[in-house]
Amino acid sequence: MTVDTKDPVLLANVSRRRFMLGVAGGSALVLAARWDWAHANTEEEQKYGAAGMPGGWTDDPNVFIQIDADGTVTLVNHRSEMGQGIRTSVAMVMADELGANWDQVKVQQAVGDHSRYGNQNTDGSRSMRHWYGPLRRAAAAARQMLEQSAANQWLVPVEEVRAGVHEVVHEPSGRTLGFGELAEAARGLEVPDHTSLKLKSDGDLRFLGKETGIINGELKSAFPKAIDGEDIVSGKAVFGADVDVGDRLYAVIARPPVYGATLKNFDDAAALKVPGVKKVMSIEGTGQPAAFKPLGGVAVVATNTWAAIKGREALSIDWDNGPAEDNSAYTSGSYREALEKRSQSPGKVIREEGDLAKAMESAAQKVSATYYMPHMAQAPMEPPNATVRIEKDRAEVWAPVQNPEATRNTVAERLGFDPANVIVNVTLLGGGFGRKSKPDFAIEAASIAQTFEGQPVTLQWTREDDLQHSYFHTVSVDHLEAGLDENGKTIGWLHRSLSPSISSLFAPDPEHKVDFELGMGLNTTPFNIPALQLENPPASAHVRIGWFRAVYNLPHAWAIQSFAHELSVAAGRDHRDYLLELLGEDRKIPNPSVGDTWNYGEDPDIYTINTGRMRGVIERATDEARWGKELPKGRGMGLAFHHSFVSYTAVVFDVEVDDAGELIIHRADIAFDCGPQANPERIRSQMEGACVMGIGIALQNEISFQDGVAQQSNFDRYLLPRMTEAPREVRVHLVDNPDVPMGGVGEPGLPPVAPALVNAIYAATGKRIRSLPVGDQLKA
Amino acid sequence: MASLNINGKEYQLDVPDQMPLLWVIRDVLGLKGTKFGCGKAQCGACTVHLDGVAIRSCTTPVSGAIGEITTIEAIGNDPIGQRLQKAWLDLGVPQCGFCQSGQIMNAVSLLRQNPAPGRDEIIHAMSGNLCRCGTYNRIIAAIQRA
Ligand code: FES
Ligand code: FES
Repeated sequence: MTVDTKDPVLLANVSRRRFMLGVAGGSALVLAARWDWAHANTEEEQKYGAAGMPGGWTDDPNVFIQIDADGTVTLVNHRSEMGQGIRTSVAMVMADELGANWDQVKVQQAVGDHSRYGNQNTDGSRSMRHWYGPLRRAAAAARQMLEQSAANQWLVPVEEVRAGVHEVVHEPSGRTLGFGELAEAARGLEVPDHTSLKLKSDGDLRFLGKETGIINGELKSAFPKAIDGEDIVSGKAVFGADVDVGDRLYAVIARPPVYGATLKNFDDAAALKVPGVKKVMSIEGTGQPAAFKPLGGVAVVATNTWAAIKGREALSIDWDNGPAEDNSAYTSGSYREALEKRSQSPGKVIREEGDLAKAMESAAQKVSATYYMPHMAQAPMEPPNATVRIEKDRAEVWAPVQNPEATRNTVAERLGFDPANVIVNVTLLGGGFGRKSKPDFAIEAASIAQTFEGQPVTLQWTREDDLQHSYFHTVSVDHLEAGLDENGKTIGWLHRSLSPSISSLFAPDPEHKVDFELGMGLNTTPFNIPALQLENPPASAHVRIGWFRAVYNLPHAWAIQSFAHELSVAAGRDHRDYLLELLGEDRKIPNPSVGDTWNYGEDPDIYTINTGRMRGVIERATDEARWGKELPKGRGMGLAFHHSFVSYTAVVFDVEVDDAGELIIHRADIAFDCGPQANPERIRSQMEGACVMGIGIALQNEISFQDGVAQQSNFDRYLLPRMTEAPREVRVHLVDNPDVPMGGVGEPGLPPVAPALVNAIYAATGKRIRSLPVGDQLKA
Repeated sequence: MASLNINGKEYQLDVPDQMPLLWVIRDVLGLKGTKFGCGKAQCGACTVHLDGVAIRSCTTPVSGAIGEITTIEAIGNDPIGQRLQKAWLDLGVPQCGFCQSGQIMNAVSLLRQNPAPGRDEIIHAMSGNLCRCGTYNRIIAAIQRA
């Protein structure tokens, strides 16, 4: 079992026989590894990286590492597992530095508590990039304490002892003591000061950076095995609604179909007659902006989920669309037309270089195109759910949440409790993709559980709930114009980018993209073009807009990478060559110089935009795909690249479209440069998964609205990629680049997938798709 | 009153005839390895076996579940199930893992009917099982390896 519901407070009631390291000491330390992991994120950086996150970071071994007398090493994972493999990767980082035997490692999931664990908000592709350093330092400190403890027992200088695998060796005499034997005595030692920490050299690492698993069709080794693998394949893994909390109730909620609408009245007579239904109750809504708060509605509480669903079907409810204002007129077709119209005239300028008007005037050829990407729902396979038990002024939550601290605080706020009295147990997440960074469903569950003091209540979202009331990916229109000189060189570039902002969720709608949205591949457009102008005309939000894996990078990469291909076609040039020319000489682009104040929260001096790394992934992907090779009629290759979450990705697709318009994806070649790789095997799996998800974005995903109501409610109309859509072959090429700071992994694989696929479709057919999803546009 | 045989155990349960097997398994019996993904026979997360053949428990009323039902919790007792579980681990198939109970149950059913399926046969048999994490290529490789 991965969640111990009987012992939810991890470290407070640890048995005395456990090794609890002493008080954390230390200040900044300087130690040279290749990239300076020991130094990274120590106190002197206050603003960027982990230090810039709420709750910050800690490298106190006492927080993360316990060793039992029997040698069991329990490593605490404080980040949310949603398929990226973080429970395994976090354990690998600490186990490797500590020297723990993998078979004696257990992972315990932390409850939500920033004050103890540092930041736990698992989004933004930053678990490893922010925690690799601190966790290695925590483990190095623990290892040095074990070494010191052995030296003390043997009465020898600590320089003569060395930790091996799960034991400490006295080299001159060959004596050994196991970690378990040393745990008790090590407990009394002081945590070494940062300045005395010695991280292992790369050559001494057993797991980190090592290629395992299946690589392009070949199994290298299945070690170290995934922490939750056996539980998953035997049905024992505990996702949200799987927690064993004893006797409980189950609930579903009918929510207002239009964002901002409220409950007028409801009739529950028929619902209450459904066998198993215990109670029907209204849930207080929030109005706009909703932030993480519930939409309100009517909850049906029953002895099992099905009775609750049947009860909900039997409700009759009147909603009041009055408070929803113009959201009840929100219809995707006309909204799109309005944005397209607006994209024809100038908007707020967000970046300007050179004289665009003059460049366009002198252009020998002009190209323009307008691209559309619809709303999408994250649709994790596990729909949102949460279980809450309330006793007096205390609440315990079990939920698949990406942000346990926000869950704790928002649940506490709703209940009027002290956050200290709210325990948030994080289960496994059956996928997150941004949906579960919003804990609205936990607050809903808490609201219901308040009525059933002492009894746990599990709130289940059905798939219909999930697709109709998601925090939707934004909708976007991107209009681009370019001028080419007589040699086909791009001399002017105009990009007008329109989409409602996520910040409308938290504050009055700004109707413009905010810094972090612009920084997701728009103002950071890396092309070296003499005249370039980027504009952001207004677009208003009418539904809850929220993070979706890779977020605004999706529409930006989709438009920019499609348009760059269109320019190469207009110039009669090879797409790869043309892209490399657009990038120009390898150079570093200081983020502030292009108006990017965000840079994924990272120091722009360390994580400067690097066009050489863009060229690197483009060349790697195209070389591996044998770009330019002869292909039969109806077949073609497409390319796209994108820089996001301080990593670099390029994708090449080899596709075929038959006479009936049927698409066959023969192969995907993905080149990825995230700098140093902690767990290459899971990096590969993230790239493979992003490839499939991106194919869905290109071909299938669309949530559309009619009068404010989402028109798709299950997988019959909200189509997701199935095995039939998977490429026949996916090859992932990890760029060896250990000498730069670490980048993100979970999201950056996604943005270039859709444009690469659509560019490949063009190469195969000559048909240019500018409106996603492709749907049946290839059919005659 | 429904009589059910699940993983070799007999149960007499006081549940409505129309109640889907999924919710009986999960909420009444507390076997949580079988997952709810759509409730409409669209995703395969709820796949169990009825007399060795994969069915969608979310749309199978408990009154129709006459025969031997097997869930993911017991599939390790089956030699094909065991082989598939091992292949799944060797190839690191699961990401979040939520769909994988259903994937494995469906794959066992496939291999029972067709011990050496080709790629197209696997796709044909498995395309009812969604995986939002996109583990499809590894699933195909694991089935071929098992
Ligand atoms: S839950 Fe049964 S097929 Fe989706
Ligand atoms: S592994 Fe996450 S849905 Fe399949």
